[in-house]
Amino acid sequence: MSGTPVASVGSPLTSTASHPSAPAETPRPGPPAAVAVHDVSKAFRLPHQQYHTLKERALHPFRKNTFDVLQAVDDLTFEVAEGEFFGIVGRNGSGKSTLLKCLAGIYDIDAGNLQVHGRLSPFIELGVGFNMDLTARDNVMINAIMLGLTRQQARERFDDIIAFAGLEDFLDLKLKNYSSGMTVRLAFSVAIQVDAEVLLIDEVLAVGDAAFQQKCFEEFNRLKAEGRTILFVTHDMGAVERFCDRALLIEKGRMVEIGDPSAVAHRYNELNFGRAVHDVAPAGEERFGDHAAEIVRAWFEDEQREPVIAAPHGGIIHVCFEARFAEEVDDPVFAFTLRNDAGVTVFAMSTDITKGPSGRFAAGERVVVRMQVHNWLMPNTYKVTPSIARAGLGADAIDLRPDLATLVVHGGYETGGATNLPHEFEIERVKA
Amino acid sequence: MSSLAESRRRYGPSAFGDDLRRFANLTYTLAATDFKLRYFGSVLGYVWSLMRPLLFFGVLYVFFTHALKVGEGVPHYPVYLLGSIVLWTFFVETTGGCVQCLLMREGLLRKMRFPRLVIPLSVALTALFNLGMNFLAVLGFALASGVGPRWSWLELAPLLVLLTLLAVGVGMLLSALYVRFRDIQPIWDVASQILFYGSPIIYVAAIYDNAKEGLQEAAVTFNPIATILTQVGHAFVDPRLPTAATAAGGGLRLLVPLAIIAATFGIGLWFFSREAPRIAENL
Repeated sequence: MSGTPVASVGSPLTSTASHPSAPAETPRPGPPAAVAVHDVSKAFRLPHQQYHTLKERALHPFRKNTFDVLQAVDDLTFEVAEGEFFGIVGRNGSGKSTLLKCLAGIYDIDAGNLQVHGRLSPFIELGVGFNMDLTARDNVMINAIMLGLTRQQARERFDDIIAFAGLEDFLDLKLKNYSSGMTVRLAFSVAIQVDAEVLLIDEVLAVGDAAFQQKCFEEFNRLKAEGRTILFVTHDMGAVERFCDRALLIEKGRMVEIGDPSAVAHRYNELNFGRAVHDVAPAGEERFGDHAAEIVRAWFEDEQREPVIAAPHGGIIHVCFEARFAEEVDDPVFAFTLRNDAGVTVFAMSTDITKGPSGRFAAGERVVVRMQVHNWLMPNTYKVTPSIARAGLGADAIDLRPDLATLVVHGGYETGGATNLPHEFEIERVKA
Repeated sequence: MSSLAESRRRYGPSAFGDDLRRFANLTYTLAATDFKLRYFGSVLGYVWSLMRPLLFFGVLYVFFTHALKVGEGVPHYPVYLLGSIVLWTFFVETTGGCVQCLLMREGLLRKMRFPRLVIPLSVALTALFNLGMNFLAVLGFALASGVGPRWSWLELAPLLVLLTLLAVGVGMLLSALYVRFRDIQPIWDVASQILFYGSPIIYVAAIYDNAKEGLQEAAVTFNPIATILTQVGHAFVDPRLPTAATAAGGGLRLLVPLAIIAATFGIGLWFFSREAPRIAENL
């Protein structure tokens, strides 16, 4: 822990307009920090055998209560500036939700110092405390009060809440009869009425359809424009790149990367798919062909021909494989098939279609085949299946290795399509 | 360093939080919601919730006045019986409801920051609402049985405060203990049975033969519920019933139940506050 004198925080729920000075070693230009996290750690004890009853404890009085310590948040330090849209990303179990709960004051921290300047939203999920047996009308009032409004304020804002959710006709319906989409709309409408300067949101994108998510983000942008600070936890790198000013990537409770969202998204994909590049044939791989040649490995490259495992939408990429010929082969056909995570072939191309005869290759010769493509693929995970076949209509396979390398495409926008073809819109008014 | 520790201490979840208005609003809202669900969840909501103490009363009444004749010679025994059952119901609802209350509200505890004490207090408040509804029935029954309003009925207010303090004290202790030890549930079930028969609910303290007087005195002295019910009998039901002071064998002895109530509340509050920051993760 640093010995820097840090002025004690005012109560987190009441606004501290005159916030204490930031720590001396990080003089920060620009807006002051809304959230300051210094050397924060949080561990959970995971007992090997949980003694939940007195009897068990009495029966084994001398048995040591052994436990593992799970360091969910390990010595994290970062600051979030006022008005920032800050993403917290990480794989499952990386500690991002624990961090959010520590920030929210739901979990007590073990060490370090947490400071939040300004009023903090007290909830981290939508619809906390909704009761399915009550009507929407009652739930809105109860939820608003739970989130910190007074009864009076809740009454005043009631109409706005309902109007935003667009549920005027279903006010007296019990919540259990609501569709999940309607429930989420209602929850979101209440949540944005809370007068919080700092909002913490856990996985809001996990619920709701695309249109609703869009509405959420529009609302977030509006809140952001009002100078509110938003911290949100997500898996969705597309959202991080689109909306966040900065992002934090944590792994095993430690900071891996902080800063530019696209850099963070890139690191995240590396963490997730870093082992997805197969240099060695995976066990049990199905191989096809007569093996007059052998595909050694496959990979992706960026425009500068540097190997990559993730690429932004819209750029140039190269799909590559290396092969070694065991026998002499005339005009072999080199081909690539790209499939997305649903197993749908989004692109397949071979040299005989767009390049023509490839020539003669001697036994022992090694080749690297590169296909340059303009990356019009939508954000997704793609696997390439390289293959070599004999020329001719029969296309007898020499070697084919399914799903040999993986590429994660990020960025761009979600349209629901598999690709984004180069296009132009034209709208012509037809005179009647 | 101390300032660091200080701000951390204040930052995590606690029993009271830092905004008393929100504390009160939340407690009331949770309690009112539970109450509402109980009374408006079914067509005969209020009737059903009255039914339980009334049926209990009916059975005990028939058994103890006609079969065992416990109530013989006790002035307005039925009124005393119904009144003490309703008060006992309040105590059991509060303490029994508190045992599992934190687990029931797990969703809130894990997703929202709010003063943890709100949860057991809202259980007590719901029970208090129910007591209010049940008391209307007692009042009607008392007036119908010829128990007239007296100035001494005002004593009910401080007595109810004492009973509430005791129930909340026990409730805080039980709810925080339950997070660590799940067998608090059966233990408290048994303990409250013992307490039921150890309290003058179906019988009246210090009105039988003198041989047992020592026991009666001890009960009224060391069981605060007995003290409270005895005084309620005197103040509310019939002035011929003994006061708590008489039943305990001296006014000074009443300091003992008062001290027990204060200690229970104090220990409950201390223990709950100590556990509050980690309730969410220990559940």
